[in-house]
Amino acid sequence: MIISVASGKGGTGKTLVATSLAFSLKSRQPVQLLDCDVEEPNDHIFLKPVISQKEAVCIPVPKVDEAKCTHCGLCAEICAYNALAVLPDRVMVFPELCHGCGACSYLCPEKAISEEGREIGVVEWGDADGIDFVQGRINVGEAMAPPAIRQVRERANADGLVIIDVPPGTSCPVVEAIKGSHFCLLVTEPTPFGLNDLVLAVETVRELGIPLAVVLNRAGGEYNKVEEYCREENIPILLTIPLETRIARLYSRGVTLAEGMPETQELFILLWDEIRKILDEGTGSLKR
Amino acid sequence: MKELVVLSGKGGTGKTSIVGSLAALAEDKVLADCDVDAADLHLLLEPVVRQKQEFWSGQVAVIDQEKCTQCGLCPELCHFEAIKDFRVDPVSCEGCGFCRRICPVEAITMKENLSGHWFVSDTEYGPLVHARLGIAQENSGKLVALVRQQAREMAEERGAAFIISDGPPGIGCPVISSLSGAHMALLVTEPTLSGIHDLERVLGVCRHFNVPALVCINKYDINEENSRRIEDYCREQGVEVAARIPFDNIVTEAMVKGQPVVQYNGDSPVSRQIKRLWQNIAGRLAAN
Repeated sequence: MIISVASGKGGTGKTLVATSLAFSLKSRQPVQLLDCDVEEPNDHIFLKPVISQKEAVCIPVPKVDEAKCTHCGLCAEICAYNALAVLPDRVMVFPELCHGCGACSYLCPEKAISEEGREIGVVEWGDADGIDFVQGRINVGEAMAPPAIRQVRERANADGLVIIDVPPGTSCPVVEAIKGSHFCLLVTEPTPFGLNDLVLAVETVRELGIPLAVVLNRAGGEYNKVEEYCREENIPILLTIPLETRIARLYSRGVTLAEGMPETQELFILLWDEIRKILDEGTGSLKR
Repeated sequence: MKELVVLSGKGGTGKTSIVGSLAALAEDKVLADCDVDAADLHLLLEPVVRQKQEFWSGQVAVIDQEKCTQCGLCPELCHFEAIKDFRVDPVSCEGCGFCRRICPVEAITMKENLSGHWFVSDTEYGPLVHARLGIAQENSGKLVALVRQQAREMAEERGAAFIISDGPPGIGCPVISSLSGAHMALLVTEPTLSGIHDLERVLGVCRHFNVPALVCINKYDINEENSRRIEDYCREQGVEVAARIPFDNIVTEAMVKGQPVVQYNGDSPVSRQIKRLWQNIAGRLAAN
């Protein structure tokens, strides 16, 4: 069972919900947490895993054997990303533009191109006091998050409960992190920005055909349009976390809510029960 | 003409609220929203759209089911696992065109992809270039580059002194696209361990692309010890902390009213800090 925790807008509390859910459930069942926010992974700050293994994230980029190359220009012609330029006497490769599709090496008539791994980041895993922990991290200056996210996702343990912390936004890294989940929790806050980005996130998750529900964080102000929207769209709000200085302070120190305020663990266990109920009944908000 | 981009690494630290206020304070500028997959700046600036353009980017493969003999070559060679049951999943397809070239019966064509829209708008505070990436689309970096290019052309036409852009969260492709070649980056952080971790990474990206950075600590009084850690870190790195903005609910109140906070309550401590911040930035931009 894979549950992803996403949001659209950044800073709404994805990390808080993902880590607290994992923390609350770990004594009842095996839990795995995948931090797929490979640009800015934060779960390790809260769960303090002991990293036992790591592997590099590499994308295949072309390597040209100049001894075999006839400078025919086919590779530059077929590359959709302009990652190769063929000059009369040599081939220039721009690895940071390469998406690693493999077309050039397969189609080169002289078999002069091989694929060489270029390291763009790392995937690490280990134990976080009973939570099976995996995270990805791209190197500073690297642009492409999806290959690292794919590699984190490959480590998902299909038998148990897997919780995925998703990066913010609605574009390709988000899709890469969410797709194939059984359920998606969207964390938002009761502000105009929170609502605007929730609507976009709902569209994205529905596009992927994944049932979803909302967690409302920092609740308690007068702004009630998020609740109105959820009612109209028939989206259940499964958990409401109040706006409290105490919670913000815990978070600032790198302590997750379920650990710093153990009485809240029950709420996260209930949240998980609700998700299971929705999945059993098949009533997850799939309405379009 | 000088270009300032506002970034944070971590989402939800207050980038957009600060950009909204800088928009109200700065004279003679063009505004750009470079967060193209969860844009929020328009909620503060109430733009009137003058021009709407389509953003066509990349291609998606389409298999003609009548011609396809289901030989199995394309799913075997696709590096993005985008072909399942001899249909292309447009979300996974990266548009490389490898499958089209290797299909023995020419059953595959490449179709141009409408990835989003971009807009030129008027606001009370000056012109705004913004965009909307389609749901679950790729190429956010290219759309960001387009937004910046439009903003630059407009600034040159008008002889504007500044471009102020609201950047996306993270450190990957759209961030690199909004940062490279800008004159200065304002990094908005918060005194949480996650905020500090993410600040270090985004500062690394600024270094990588040789863009000078200033730091602003938002909600500094949520955890003053962490705020001191950020100040110490910035001192070590030779980066100026240009403002310490206190936590105040008026920021949310202003957002609910759809106004920049300096407009909503110009005398509040938050607004006074932001005004000083802008004076500092404007002076620095004029000097460098």
